[in-house]
Amino acid sequence: MKENKKMKTIKEIRVDVNKCNGCLSCEMSCSAAHAMPPYTSVNPARSRISVVMDETKDVYIPIRAGDYAEAECAGRNQYTIDGKEYDTCLLCPASCPSRSRFTEPDSGLPLKCDMCESLDIGEPMCVQVCHPGALSYHEYQVEAEDSVTLERGEKEIGLEYLVKRYGLEEVVKTVATMAKKSA
Amino acid sequence: MRYAETGFNLEIDLTRGNIERVATDPELTKLYLGGQGTADKILWDRVGPEVEPFSEENLLIFSSGLLNGTFVPGANRTIVNTFSPQTNLHAHSMMGGYFGVEMKHAGYDKIILSGKAPKLVYIYIHNDNVEIRDASHLAGMGTTEVQDHLKKELGDDKVQIAAIGLAGENRVYTASIEHSHCSASRGVGPVMGDKRVKAIAVRGTKDLQMAEPEKLFHICKDLRKDLADNPGAGDWMAVDEDDGFHHDNFSWGNARVRQKNYWSDELQQRWTDIKYDHMDRQTGCYNCPKKCHNVISWPGRKRFSYKCFGKDTYNMASFQELDFSYEILGVAQEYGLDSYSTPQVIAFALELLEEGILTLDDFPGMPEDIRGRFFHILDMIVNREGIGDKLANGVYWAARQIGNGAEKFDHNTTKKFEQVPIKLGKVNPMFFLMIATGEKMNITQIEGSFPQDPLPTLEERQAFVDAWEAVPDEKFKKYFMEWERRNEMPSGAVCDIVDWNEAMHYIDDAIGLCAFVSSFRGQFGGKTQYNIHNIPDLIRMASGLDLSKEDLWNVFRRNRNLVRAINVRRGMRRADERPPEDHWAVRDEEFEQSLLSAYYEFKGWTQDGIPTPATLDELALSDVREDFEKRGIYSAAQ
Ligand code: SF4
Ligand code: SF4
Ligand code: SF4
Repeated sequence: MKENKKMKTIKEIRVDVNKCNGCLSCEMSCSAAHAMPPYTSVNPARSRISVVMDETKDVYIPIRAGDYAEAECAGRNQYTIDGKEYDTCLLCPASCPSRSRFTEPDSGLPLKCDMCESLDIGEPMCVQVCHPGALSYHEYQVEAEDSVTLERGEKEIGLEYLVKRYGLEEVVKTVATMAKKSA
Repeated sequence: MRYAETGFNLEIDLTRGNIERVATDPELTKLYLGGQGTADKILWDRVGPEVEPFSEENLLIFSSGLLNGTFVPGANRTIVNTFSPQTNLHAHSMMGGYFGVEMKHAGYDKIILSGKAPKLVYIYIHNDNVEIRDASHLAGMGTTEVQDHLKKELGDDKVQIAAIGLAGENRVYTASIEHSHCSASRGVGPVMGDKRVKAIAVRGTKDLQMAEPEKLFHICKDLRKDLADNPGAGDWMAVDEDDGFHHDNFSWGNARVRQKNYWSDELQQRWTDIKYDHMDRQTGCYNCPKKCHNVISWPGRKRFSYKCFGKDTYNMASFQELDFSYEILGVAQEYGLDSYSTPQVIAFALELLEEGILTLDDFPGMPEDIRGRFFHILDMIVNREGIGDKLANGVYWAARQIGNGAEKFDHNTTKKFEQVPIKLGKVNPMFFLMIATGEKMNITQIEGSFPQDPLPTLEERQAFVDAWEAVPDEKFKKYFMEWERRNEMPSGAVCDIVDWNEAMHYIDDAIGLCAFVSSFRGQFGGKTQYNIHNIPDLIRMASGLDLSKEDLWNVFRRNRNLVRAINVRRGMRRADERPPEDHWAVRDEEFEQSLLSAYYEFKGWTQDGIPTPATLDELALSDVREDFEKRGIYSAAQ
């Protein structure tokens, strides 16, 4: 029975926010790799990964560009947990009409992470240049039928997925607890 | 097409509110590269020797290094230059982080501020849109507080901000400019305050072009990995918790007391626990895999960060432990104060109190305990309250303004600037020259390529020089092989070594490389990431400028001589080039002066420390020579 099931490869980039040093090498290199032709210019504003950084609250969260949202969403919540404030809008991977994150600076067109599949470089560029180890790349096989929800939620078990599933407050709480434990 | 640089400076006249985007001359890039190099050309051309630091005519220049924003890892320094109210000389300052890179993406290599705003303002730069905005609502705000506030006000968490705190607003001479986890000190903070600019916020979303980008990208990808793995780059103090080096060898209090056996295993363990119990993370700067900034949360304080020796200065000035540094750094950072010189000013004040030159009446409300007293005096300085108004001018000026014998207690300044508190036995010829002739005011910005100490055995030396890629010339290997005692080195070798040390800093300050990956780090371990051999290739691929190693060395000489010329024109002479008298217990005036003479000659300077006409002509600085002649600078010096 099992053998008959179709297998598919899941590609995911895992994020360990505690390891991020804020170097933005990921943003810089993603923008260069996706320049036309590749590597001919640099502009982090064109990156498909964007590090949400707030030095005053020790927030360092790399987010990759997800789908384009045609309208602004209704949810604009602000959470304060352990003295750190989080805005759902800041952590959202969608390019949407209300902000410039994940939009091409000149055309305003949405940017989307393509897992560097267009580039034939092995592991995604952002992962390759992330020496502090905040980003890591994982590939594994799953049965096709079981992966329907994963497919929709992108190929990572990342922030967007977790936030959708557990709510931002829960995710942030967990991150804060993890940060405390590892300190 | 300009590569690596944008080819434009942003000129802001704060008096008139005039804003201009000015194209720059590519010939100047060839001559001075960028960063401090091209900034000094502007200071030379536009700010005469009669200009007071606190005046509309003084300029405050933020420069992005030539390689900033390119693929070259560790190139991210923003160099800030002006004339310092403390020294009345050229101010060299810089900060890491993101600011200079953001400037490039906004389309500017430099931000040049002139004039004075009629009231407190902040400057918002978003690509081509530049506005001078009212900042009355930001007055008195702490440095991280104002950055946070402006990000929200501007609705953009990617905006990069350089700001002053209350110390800068009140023109405290030791005030700094703060940005992210970085800080620019040594004279620039009070000038920003004098210009009434609370903050500059920059957001840039333009492409940056390079001459050979594909090649450079891949070379830099490997370099970045090497850099991440290279223990010879970055701040080792971020990971090595043994800080006996500073605590056993540097002086405590008002640069007075050495505690040779202070450090112990027990202490190290206790301090390590304090650090890791309160550290949120370690961060780096743009495009650098290192983690040099220790980010600390301390109860009741704003989150702060420090790097390197910055954690030792307050606890050593006050004879306290690490927890005191942590207790006060968060406050001092919000005020925007240099952590190297400020604690010395406070320790100086406390010494005057002990000696009866100042009395408790000078410090109304003074607490009993030393910690309380540090905080109290810090507040008085920042608010320029009572005696704090004099102390706010740094040790040199405060001593003279207080008088009554206070001058004697100003024993650790050179060129009116507080030096790193090191008091040793016998004169070290290399450090003598560096402290005497350096124009960056802090030894950490001058020393760095040649090791501080010899190795004991020939085998160890051989192994060291065999792996030593950074040396510009084989002769340095010979010097090292033959070096037996720290303080004994032939004068010719000393001149070469000091020159090399300076060279790398001047190159870094032009191209924006961090000293921790280049100029500062060779003295500890020898294996820097960048050196005179690999930098020219990177400059070529980034900017298109084809410089040989020799050409690059000549840019250093040109930039070095230009700083010297700027200061000579403001009156600096041989007599000013003296390390603190008690820097070494045993001095040898005759030897020191003959060494200084030899160095001047080596540098192509007169015996009064003035670049000779031949030196200036050789370096394409004939306009400087002509200016010197017109002013009679050579004839007066005879
Ligand atoms: S490269 Fe890695 S460490 Fe650097 S900012 Fe990006 S995620 Fe953080
Ligand atoms: S996977 Fe590739 S496209 Fe996606 S963010 Fe990383 S570098 Fe950019
Ligand atoms: S070595 Fe440290 S201080 Fe220098 S650029 Fe890298 S992270 Fe910043």
